[in-house]
Amino acid sequence: MSAIIEEHHHDDHHHGPAKGLMRWVFTTNHKDIGTLYLWFSFAMFLLGGTFALVIRAELFQPGLQLVEPAFFNQMTTMHGLIMVFGAVMPAFVGLANWLVPMMIGAPDMALPRMNNYSFWILPFAFTMLASTLFMEGGGPNFGWTFYAPLSTDFAPPSVTYFIFAVHLMGISSIMGSINVVVTILNLRAPGMTLMQMPLFVWTWLITAYLLIAVMPVLAGVVTMMLMDIHFGTAFFNAGGGGDPVLFQHVFWFFGHPEVYIMILPAFGVVSAIIPTFARKRLFGYASMVYATSSIAFLSFIVWAHHMFTVGMPLAGELYFMYATMLIAVPTGVKVFNWVATMWQGSMTFETPMLFAIAFVILFTIGGLSGLMLSIAPADFQYQDTYFVVAHFHYVLVPGSIFSIMAAVYYWLPKWTGNMYDETLGKTHFWLSFVGVNVTFFPQHFIGLAGMPRRIPDYALQFADYNMVSSVGAFLFGFSQLLFLFIVIKCIKTGKKATAQVWEGAHGLEWTIPSPAPYHTFSHPDEVDLKEAHG
Amino acid sequence: MDKAKQSKVLVALSLLLPSSVVHADWSVNMRQGVTDISRQVYDLHMLIFWVCVVIGVLVFSVMIYSMLVHRKSLGAVPADFHDNTKIEILWTIVPVIILVAMAIPATTTLTAMYDAGNSEIDIEVRGLQWKWQYTYLNDDPTKEVKFISSLLTPQDEIKNEVLKREHYLLDVDNELVIPINTRVRFLVTSGDTLHAWWVPDFAIKRDAIPGFVHEAWTVVDTPGTYRGQCAELCGKEHGFMPVVVRAVERAEYDTWLASKQEEARLVYETVGKEWTQDELMVKGEEVYGRVCSACHQKNGQGLPPAFPSLVGQGLAVGPMADHLDIVLNGKAGTAMQSFKGQLNAAEIAAVVTYERNAWGNNMDDSIQPREVNNMMSTGQ
Repeated sequence: MSAIIEEHHHDDHHHGPAKGLMRWVFTTNHKDIGTLYLWFSFAMFLLGGTFALVIRAELFQPGLQLVEPAFFNQMTTMHGLIMVFGAVMPAFVGLANWLVPMMIGAPDMALPRMNNYSFWILPFAFTMLASTLFMEGGGPNFGWTFYAPLSTDFAPPSVTYFIFAVHLMGISSIMGSINVVVTILNLRAPGMTLMQMPLFVWTWLITAYLLIAVMPVLAGVVTMMLMDIHFGTAFFNAGGGGDPVLFQHVFWFFGHPEVYIMILPAFGVVSAIIPTFARKRLFGYASMVYATSSIAFLSFIVWAHHMFTVGMPLAGELYFMYATMLIAVPTGVKVFNWVATMWQGSMTFETPMLFAIAFVILFTIGGLSGLMLSIAPADFQYQDTYFVVAHFHYVLVPGSIFSIMAAVYYWLPKWTGNMYDETLGKTHFWLSFVGVNVTFFPQHFIGLAGMPRRIPDYALQFADYNMVSSVGAFLFGFSQLLFLFIVIKCIKTGKKATAQVWEGAHGLEWTIPSPAPYHTFSHPDEVDLKEAHG
Repeated sequence: MDKAKQSKVLVALSLLLPSSVVHADWSVNMRQGVTDISRQVYDLHMLIFWVCVVIGVLVFSVMIYSMLVHRKSLGAVPADFHDNTKIEILWTIVPVIILVAMAIPATTTLTAMYDAGNSEIDIEVRGLQWKWQYTYLNDDPTKEVKFISSLLTPQDEIKNEVLKREHYLLDVDNELVIPINTRVRFLVTSGDTLHAWWVPDFAIKRDAIPGFVHEAWTVVDTPGTYRGQCAELCGKEHGFMPVVVRAVERAEYDTWLASKQEEARLVYETVGKEWTQDELMVKGEEVYGRVCSACHQKNGQGLPPAFPSLVGQGLAVGPMADHLDIVLNGKAGTAMQSFKGQLNAAEIAAVVTYERNAWGNNMDDSIQPREVNNMMSTGQ
């Protein structure tokens, strides 16, 4: 084993990245692949965002102005699918690629060639998915949750391409997460125990297990759809002895862990950033690890809280209500720990810290509305209204997406060797912060007042808040072009970054020069475990 | 900065736009509703809301205080603590106690909602793309009142050609009528895809699922008209299938039901008589405008390729049997649904006759409701 590493080490010193486009096609370097994932994710973020703006433009006023209802449904569906599978998940995989090896003192991901495959599947999967919009009958129009039988007996012909695209995304995710697990378990620097790993590594380890557990379930449910559509089975067709509710159980058995897949790495990011800018160690490291594990476990046993109105028996409703309420406990522990980390620190408020603090506050608001949704009798009034839309956008946009932006600002100097423009960064933060709240806060009100989700037109009493919400959405959407500009500017120019970059930053990635060399920690001797964080 | 300006311009523009909004309001909360259960749900909602507010205010106050005071720019020196088992246990136990306190009233209300026995009136609620079918179940089949309730808002209001009236998108041709102070049970199901029958004022939301019948019940205590909408995505017109329930005094309900039963008998009788071509065309035009024109359009031209034109091509100028078959049974894999459960024999006969003889289609033939009724009852 050591001979192999020796040989590899020897090779590495003689070549940097290949030249030209082929560097990106054939690369097995974790940093290159991380970069590819992050750019791909940003492209999908803009595409999914454009769909969201089509939705908000149509909902600016009552009446149908811009799009037909049939196209509106395609927009809500594609917005959800692209944002979940194309923007948020690949962004976290990109961060894992860049950071996990550098945080645990590993030379690269454990399975570099597979790493390349798992990225390069994605552009094809999403091209196929997006191309359905131009097919006869239009793209998927049944919501990102694609409930049967709307997605089977009543679906447009393009549903088959949708199924194939979901399979490809699943394969990509499974390969990516196996890679993360193998890397973390096998390639930690000698002497680094699991409880010495930074929390970002911990949260990704747990996330990767969630992915491996539930992506096959998603593959199963779309395969059952495929069989129903093309091969005469009736899994979800009541007329053939099947059960439409079975679809929802299988889907949400995937879907609920999926929402934690999109938030656990965010917890890891925030747990890295807050201590740095509070200049104080993370409070309750061990309890953070246990809380994350508890959340992951609970995520498997609460799925039917998405289905309180499908007519489950009373005992089922009660069980899923109690189990769901329990999630508030470990989630609360995490929030309290972050607050305790800030307490009596010595804080500065650079852009990553601003995004991280906004994350804690706005994610907590989303968490509290989640607690309200867990109360089954009240959920009969909330279910499928804009209250739910407001809830999950609060945990996903100022939750997951703010954490991704915080991460980009935080590690960008390490990646590029240049500091980003702090004034522009803060401007981007405040525009996003205001935009997100103006967009989603009023949606709580229109939801409680009775506006269902996924409708292209609405009754007059919802008009005012919808207009406010649309204005906020355009503000938030266009602010992201500023983000693009800041990142490009930082790649090209900027004050040179030091190795540590931030005064309070600790961890192995801050011991290597900025920009990080193409190959890092090629030899265990390069790792100084005293700097490992945890 | 440009973006900020842009959004200001947007806000300014929105204020200048001629407002078509008649009854806009800024209400921010759930409705209390008109049943005992809906008020319990409202109280539960307010209780959990205030619990959340208190937790939020406490957590955010500590954060904000810390952000204001523990700043490097004020010379704050970081403390050294990073662990405290006692406080960790405390902030695990306290939330558990709060949750248990919440779970108790929630369980009581939920149990009450699920107790659907002893109803005086049973109504089957069937979701259909994109309307509701209500059936007042009766042991005597000749007294069974059954009707379709669909959107009344005309297309020109939706397309912004005329001013939108009150109850825009929340108005139906046939309201569901129930008596007050009477236990009414709803048996919710679907004839095609998923829907959800939602009346906010009753705190009832039940998914309508093909192959399942789910119960819900209510006792309304205040007369009035209560409006809701389909709450589960069900296809193209999901946003256009409102639920309207009118709760009236018992005596008024009895009168209404009697007249509806009489109407049902008359409709049944119309199937027996011989219709003239003109009668069929008049009836057919009315049915076509109500049921078919959303997809095939008023002028029959459709919206190809999803919704084919009926003018001078296809089944409307082909054999009568094929034409009837598609209207009765729909076409699998397309938006063309089966209408045999929604339209009566006279309506189907009329609309088929109309399609074969309108817009320059000159088939010069017709079919009698009696013949259609025979086909329907023999399951063809």
